[in-house]
Amino acid sequence: MSVWSLVLVSVLFGVGAYLLMDRSLTRIALGVGALGNGVNVLIISAGSDVGEAPIIGRDGTLTDPLPQALVLTAIVIGFALLTFLMTLAWRNWTISGNDEVEDDVEDRLVARRAERTAKSGDQPHHEDVTP
Amino acid sequence: MSTLVALPILIPLITAAVMLLTRNLIVQRCLSFVALSLSLTIAVVLLVDVWGSGNIVVARLGGWPGSFAITLVADRLASVLVVVAMAVTLVVLLFALGQQAADEHSSYYHPVYMALTAGIAQAFLAGDLFNLFVAFEILLMASYVLLTLEGTSEQIRSGTTYVVLNVIESLVLVTAVGLIFAATGTVNFAELPERLAELPDGVRTGLHLLLLVAFGIKAAVFPLFFWLPDSYPTAPSSASAVFAGLLTKVGVYCLIRVQTLLFPGELSDLVMIVGIATMAIGVIGAISQQDMKRILSFHIISQIGYMVFGLGIGGAAAIAATVFYLIHHIPVKTSLFLVEGIIERDSGTSSLDRISGLARRSPMLAVLFLLPALSLAGFPPLSGFLAKFAVVRAGFDSQQYVGVGVALLVSMLTLVSMAKIWVGAFWGEAEPARPSGDVGILRHQRSMAAATMLLVAMTVAIAAAAGPLYEFATQAAIQMLDVATYVSAVRGS
Repeated sequence: MSVWSLVLVSVLFGVGAYLLMDRSLTRIALGVGALGNGVNVLIISAGSDVGEAPIIGRDGTLTDPLPQALVLTAIVIGFALLTFLMTLAWRNWTISGNDEVEDDVEDRLVARRAERTAKSGDQPHHEDVTP
Repeated sequence: MSTLVALPILIPLITAAVMLLTRNLIVQRCLSFVALSLSLTIAVVLLVDVWGSGNIVVARLGGWPGSFAITLVADRLASVLVVVAMAVTLVVLLFALGQQAADEHSSYYHPVYMALTAGIAQAFLAGDLFNLFVAFEILLMASYVLLTLEGTSEQIRSGTTYVVLNVIESLVLVTAVGLIFAATGTVNFAELPERLAELPDGVRTGLHLLLLVAFGIKAAVFPLFFWLPDSYPTAPSSASAVFAGLLTKVGVYCLIRVQTLLFPGELSDLVMIVGIATMAIGVIGAISQQDMKRILSFHIISQIGYMVFGLGIGGAAAIAATVFYLIHHIPVKTSLFLVEGIIERDSGTSSLDRISGLARRSPMLAVLFLLPALSLAGFPPLSGFLAKFAVVRAGFDSQQYVGVGVALLVSMLTLVSMAKIWVGAFWGEAEPARPSGDVGILRHQRSMAAATMLLVAMTVAIAAAAGPLYEFATQAAIQMLDVATYVSAVRGS
């Protein structure tokens, strides 16, 4: 594994991890793309030495074809995932006008209940949990 | 026999492809039904063979020798889980047909459902890590579509969390596969145990932890469970029943493989602590909820804790208990979600504040809920009691008193939150809008009722046949712990 591919992998992982932490779905999708490519480069560069194409009859050092087959599969899967994420972002945008991931309704209710209990100091009432 | 191994994967997958050619719902329904029945039959044949002979059946796709081929492996655990998975998906299909929900009327529902089934079967049968990754992607992609099929804002919101979390899980898994390949030069389960054992300790632990995190997210163990109670409740009932019953169990199955085959007995303390924490956190989460689906979702987590705890104890008895737990839990959890689906269809909500008096309106529905609910809490003589008893006894035998104590406490708290559903939904006055003489909940939904009854009957049958089944689980555990036989069977030497 050459140093430069290692650098490339770490940059892609870093960028991907950073983008994943965003609330906007488009950025998350971009982050998934970057991370996925990072993983692919990692498998290719860690899995095989550089050499001749592995065709029967060739001499010299041959590359191991297995990581390439694995990465090919991973690329196709990654592409499908990215497409699905983009579709989700689009749908979210048509519904709510943005592509941000919102909090769960129940989570918000639980948080509100806790807030009220803290304020009034007594037990939460039954109707507090009705949305 | 070995050609049969590929069929539970191929039949649903090919059916899915054929279905995309037609948009006719009736044709699709018939095809789904035939494909799943056929897969179930083949899985049963395979199980009978594996159970009878004690052999490990191996299929090498493409006819390549040894570790070059894509191998599918059916040992005792894998074959019994394929049977359970096929049976449960078939029953849930019956439920979905009767439910007449909007999602089932989409022309994509049935193809995607078939793909989900194929993915689950492939995950259980996979003989190498990369194949396992592909299986995960198939079942995850199908689950993404099922979860967001209606495209409502609530589904999109929770679907996003689910998709992003599972994408991260896939990325961690594929990174682990890549690094394991870099370190050992193979991804085949038959060669990995030997090659992994040669690695330096630090590298081994790193790879092990990566796999545990990847499968831990899928199995929803503490602290990686938070996506589950957020996303399952918004899925259509039929989809969430399959997810609840099977998808997290695929994660547990992979954890079992990691702990028995790839890294036997390593980091078992960590796994045990994670299991104990998962039990406790899951049930505490369940108690604080007011929505039936969310309560049940949190219980998935707490029940996963029992299995992971058993896995962490290690040894044949504890792993047998985990296997038995796994087999018992799939139908129990699925039937609870199906009962919830019937209630939700009848009342239009799953919030306990808004439903009441169901026991008076439909005593049969109350029984259908009560049996799996008591089984989940571990009430004798139901299957849950036997499963919990086995785990607790294994814990006692290896002096894990803290874990045993937590397990007993958690099962009591499970009973408390099941009682909460019981009091909230089944007791009390029926809603004034409906005449109290109206007992038609089940009568109007015959196929949903039949599906639920079938599954509840299955859980009762598990309790009745617990002796032979536990014996089988023990045999499966012994077979899993015997890594050398597995390796030589898969290599074909």
